[in-house]
Amino acid sequence: MNDNLLVGKLVRLSAVTEAWPEAIARWSRSSETFRLMDSGVSSPYSVKATKDMFDKEFQQEKPNNFLFTIHMLQDDQMIGDIGLDGIRWTHGDCFVGIGIGEKQFWGKGYGTDAMRIILRFAFYELNLHRVSLNVFDYNPRAIRSYEKAGFTHEGRVRQSLNRAGRRWDVVYMGILRAEWERMNAGQ
Amino acid sequence: MNAILLTGSRVRLACQDAQETSLAFARWQRDTQYVRLLSTDPAFPWSAEKIKSWMVEEQEKPLQDEFFFNIRTIPDDLLIGFVGLHEFSWAHGDAWVAIGIGERQYWGKGYGTEAMRLALQFAFMELNLWRVSLGVYNNNTRAIRSYQKAGFQIEGLQRSAGRRAGQVWDICFMGILRREWEKSLE
Amino acid sequence: MMTIEKSLYEGEQICLASIDHENDPQIESGWTHDAEYIRLLGPEPVRPLSPAQIKKKYEAIEKEIEEEKNSFYFTLRMRSDDRLIGFARLNWIEWNHGSGHIELGIGSPQDRGQGYGSEALKLLLNFAFDELNLHRLSASVPEYNTTALHLFQKAGFQVEVRRRQALQRDGRRWDMLHLGLLRQEWSP
Repeated sequence: MNDNLLVGKLVRLSAVTEAWPEAIARWSRSSETFRLMDSGVSSPYSVKATKDMFDKEFQQEKPNNFLFTIHMLQDDQMIGDIGLDGIRWTHGDCFVGIGIGEKQFWGKGYGTDAMRIILRFAFYELNLHRVSLNVFDYNPRAIRSYEKAGFTHEGRVRQSLNRAGRRWDVVYMGILRAEWERMNAGQ
Repeated sequence: MNAILLTGSRVRLACQDAQETSLAFARWQRDTQYVRLLSTDPAFPWSAEKIKSWMVEEQEKPLQDEFFFNIRTIPDDLLIGFVGLHEFSWAHGDAWVAIGIGERQYWGKGYGTEAMRLALQFAFMELNLWRVSLGVYNNNTRAIRSYQKAGFQIEGLQRSAGRRAGQVWDICFMGILRREWEKSLE
Repeated sequence: MMTIEKSLYEGEQICLASIDHENDPQIESGWTHDAEYIRLLGPEPVRPLSPAQIKKKYEAIEKEIEEEKNSFYFTLRMRSDDRLIGFARLNWIEWNHGSGHIELGIGSPQDRGQGYGSEALKLLLNFAFDELNLHRLSASVPEYNTTALHLFQKAGFQVEVRRRQALQRDGRRWDMLHLGLLRQEWSP
């Protein structure tokens, strides 16, 4: 039991501090970033708004949620967040959501590394049975990253989104514990 | 998926209406033998109002982390006791069960054992737990026998954990694993 | 021999102390990011906490001590420079039965294996038996925490209960051990 559960090859997962709402506000100024992560109306947030949201949301303990910030190992910079949400303990199921806030950090494997860490957490610390996610079909980079992390396509909600003048699907993916264990056998 | 949960042949597990239940609990607490066997708390006659306020506070929590039921007889629907699962360790699939039959005339007749069996069925078939734990005073032989009948195994004794009536009691820890429960159904 | 002059809090290298709400949260936040530390303590799922969250936790701890009157929480600090190295807690005290539960942790791996845990345990036992006049103490140890197991056994605790397969981590099941020490078995 010696692995540090929260540390990967490129990134580590850390507690959410007051620096996170500040970062959210910064990231929300890029509509491209926002629209990849959020189906809500893209609109830049003020630091005050995100801080108020953070104070309100983080008042009580949330035993069915685990939210982490993602930090690069090389310089400890916070580059995004990842979390498990909606844990249904009796069914051993949950949703994972991830966002890398800045474009300069996309496509470098940070997201995939963070996803690997959180899957190990989900299966080897929380002992869940499966992890689900949804992703917009106009985000092929994310979809590829999830496939690499072991997720299988499970379906799509057709024409669920309307953006930039056309309709898009929301893609659902999932990974079962047994599949994840097979992938990691021998490590 | 045909198992009927929470209903047996002589008892069923029902909701805890705070008003009715608090009155029953207040009445049962006046039987100090019942109270002193039930838990480690000092015996004390709390008012029905006070008990009700605790219940309401618990039931109004947004995230319910307890499953407590009233035990009602079939067919008369008499409220005779309670049974509940609490102290969940969800990531490990472990929880504690607590049970009390407040109406003395229902002791030693199998009502408690059946209620426990229903609670275990709920624990393993609905909550999908891996194991259920309980603690019981070592000298409460009636209860220990009932739990063993329901499939629990003794896992150890906390020595001198209770001092009551000038005596020193041990607390017996018992546990049942899912596969043991499945086997007990055969 | 126990006398009123002998310090309840001071060991040889470490001491039992109060919480420093200003400076301790940052240090303890670091411990919670070490999954091994959390896993050694017990079944609680690993969850790294920010200094702000730790500060809130400290406030809740002191509130509980004040209101429930059935627990005591100490920080473990180096006598030489007051550096925070861990915590020790006495809780679930049932005054009518004279029983309580003990928990302790040394936050950083570099501070473990130095004998600080033994010292802390000695002080805590003395506090429980000589200041609180308790009659028995319990401790719960996951079976994979062999260091803690030896620590408690060396101090006289016996394994009393084995809750089979009560923990699952890294894909396998582990037992939870519950140990007990009676006052008459304790030697100061």
